[in-house]
Amino acid sequence: MTQAPPAQRACPAETSRPRRTSMRDALHAEWTKARTLPGNGWLHLAAIALTVVVSAAVAAAVRCPSGHCAEDPAKISLTGIYLGQAVIAIVAVLAVSSEYSTGMIRVTLAAMPRRATMLAAKAAVLTGPVLVAGAVAVLGSVLAGRLILPGHGIGPAHGYPDLSLASGPVLRAAVGSVLYLTLIALLSLGIAAAVRDGAAAIGIVLGLLYLFPILGQMVGSGTWHRHLEQLAPMTAGLAIQATTGLHSLPISPWAGLGVLAGWTAAALLTGVILLGLRDA
Amino acid sequence: MTAMLTRPGDAVRAERDSFSQLLHAEWTKFRTVRGWVIGMIVGGLLIIAVNLIPGGQCGGMQANGQPGPGGPGCALTLGPTGQAVTDSFYFVHQPMGPTGNITVRVTSLTGSYSPGSSPGQRAASALQPWSKAGIIIKASTRPGSAYAAMMVTGSHGVRMQWDYTRDTPGLGGAVSETAPRWLRLTRAGDTITGYDSADGAHWTRVGIATLPRLSAAVQAGLFAASPGSSNVTSQSASGSSASGESTQATAAFDRVALRRMSPGSRWRGTSIGTGPNPGNQPRGGGYRQSGGTLTVTGSGDIAPKLPGGDGGTAGSVADTEAGTFAGLIAVLVVATMFITAEFRRGLIRVTLTASPRRGRVLAAKVIVLGAVTFLVGLPAAYIALLTGERKQHAGGISTYPVPALTEARLIVGTAALLAVAAVLALGIGAALRRGAAAVTAVIAVIVLPYFFAGPLSVLPAGAAEWLLRLTPAAGFSIQQAYPRYLQLDASYTPGNGYFPLAPWAGFAVLCLWAALALGLAGYLLRRRDA
Repeated sequence: MTQAPPAQRACPAETSRPRRTSMRDALHAEWTKARTLPGNGWLHLAAIALTVVVSAAVAAAVRCPSGHCAEDPAKISLTGIYLGQAVIAIVAVLAVSSEYSTGMIRVTLAAMPRRATMLAAKAAVLTGPVLVAGAVAVLGSVLAGRLILPGHGIGPAHGYPDLSLASGPVLRAAVGSVLYLTLIALLSLGIAAAVRDGAAAIGIVLGLLYLFPILGQMVGSGTWHRHLEQLAPMTAGLAIQATTGLHSLPISPWAGLGVLAGWTAAALLTGVILLGLRDA
Repeated sequence: MTAMLTRPGDAVRAERDSFSQLLHAEWTKFRTVRGWVIGMIVGGLLIIAVNLIPGGQCGGMQANGQPGPGGPGCALTLGPTGQAVTDSFYFVHQPMGPTGNITVRVTSLTGSYSPGSSPGQRAASALQPWSKAGIIIKASTRPGSAYAAMMVTGSHGVRMQWDYTRDTPGLGGAVSETAPRWLRLTRAGDTITGYDSADGAHWTRVGIATLPRLSAAVQAGLFAASPGSSNVTSQSASGSSASGESTQATAAFDRVALRRMSPGSRWRGTSIGTGPNPGNQPRGGGYRQSGGTLTVTGSGDIAPKLPGGDGGTAGSVADTEAGTFAGLIAVLVVATMFITAEFRRGLIRVTLTASPRRGRVLAAKVIVLGAVTFLVGLPAAYIALLTGERKQHAGGISTYPVPALTEARLIVGTAALLAVAAVLALGIGAALRRGAAAVTAVIAVIVLPYFFAGPLSVLPAGAAEWLLRLTPAAGFSIQQAYPRYLQLDASYTPGNGYFPLAPWAGFAVLCLWAALALGLAGYLLRRRDA
């Protein structure tokens, strides 16, 4: 770190032409890093595959012979998100933690000293592919549900709403699920920037996501149970998947996604602050 | 080194020493990484800390308008073996001495919904599978007292049941005018023997009940009971979607024969267990005598009582260990890093240079990690049990009692669950070598199946149970605190703390997965360059 500046000072041509590293350069650098890591593409594919497979498996397992079950077809066909988000979280965590584990972060920050800009570029580069992967995964899941569910007593023939993106609530569930995955990715990025270690970061992310509902079921009752569901990033965020029984939800769909956005903002802010305070 | 090589007698000792040195080295590595020690302590604290979340309350309002814990509706009725029971039925009885017998013929058993109960989604017949009526010898009319009974049931044939938990089948088939059932109970001191017959001439012994320290004067007679209906409105595995409705059973008895009853006594009708316990208790019942026929109507049940069957007036002891999930995630992260950090830092090359036999390195890591996790988990699980029960009692909620052995299994099992899960994480970490991927994989195979089977409540019960049989999440079976009873229709779901496998069998599944992961890790560690 300390050896680098003299080399720059020794070259007057460079100082006379001060070229500030812009956001565009940062984006380009981050995109190159993300693009050239072979594992990244595979993880996106894994997220898509796991989401669709789990969604299809759950749709295939659900039975409603009487045709009067309190099931939400959109929610069932998007169940794979519960697993797919874990893979998306890995992608996001690795974007930061792999730089720390290889020492690359020192090169990155030497090239781009403004750390907040670096993290913003990382977030932007992460968001694009996750949006694409999320959209593919959600479309695949909805398609699987549309093909499988009517055969199991949950379809338009039994009085359930058609699982088509033309209907408002289903579209909200689909678009919301893609946004949900993106917010999870950004949440994970923020936590990884704060924690720096990949294993610890993913542990915190998954704990934050899965623990609340499990604890809510086991210890909470009445008002506390409801508060837990309103505050937990996963249960609140996935309220966006509900298309039936909106009145009995602990939190309304968009407000729920807003709660998750709040968690994400808090995580990113923590990440930015700690990134600025600490040595790399 | 040369000294050791020149003295072959030391080779064995050196071998042995090297493994204890290996253990010492691994322990030093673990002990000196501050984050891991903190992670383990945090894991232990999380197990306890979950009990700080306020739980439910039981009981009415205090005089000052504040909700006050406790109350008559919150107490559990305890049976002779100390376990929670439901003991409410209509009892038509006479006193009986130390010896005697009672014989009846049952000609019908029908069901109806209790008057005043709100009509919900009603099934075609109000007769429940475990509606029951028959003859009973009971220590007293106090709820929870010892008994032995012969009965006809809604759809489980003739049964002999005693002391709430014991149940033996007799003749099959439903009772009717054309296929009556004869029942007989014979008392000789502490021993009560039950017989049944289809014709009143050929009798078959169904069972022998021993009721320890049964008093000389007991009550014997006829009874009827019918548990609340359970209309399952959803097939999902969450236990909350069933709605119940109070039902009554009516049975007709004739040819009532009593021997060695107290002289000059008459039938008396008592509604058992309808004391100050509003809500889930039946509304009375009664009996009618015309000619030689006695018709008895009653509601309620004589059966074990299990968590999840009521509105949270009593708590499960397994709920006190709910924090296991939180602690587990912290433990899994530390366990994974215990191996992946070596790959990340390149320390693994030093480790393997110092000890080239890679299997032994893995074994030393397993022993150190397993022991540390177990020793952290044990006190944490014990304190969690104490704080959890204290929380329930502070809310006026009584805890369903469990035998001391079950309590011990719950504590030791929770610690062992953490330790074996940590070893599984170590194996997966050694195989994948990447911390983030390994932690996700471990959480996906241990915590997620439970989540899908329990709280998510999307999967049908059958699929959810297979998840808890086959995946490492089967290990949570060791936290099942209460047994299932055939004679009690309850919602035996993961959400209510029931697992498809027996406690130790489920734990064995987890151990098997850990062994598989270690085998794979050992193989890959030997095959690959470090």
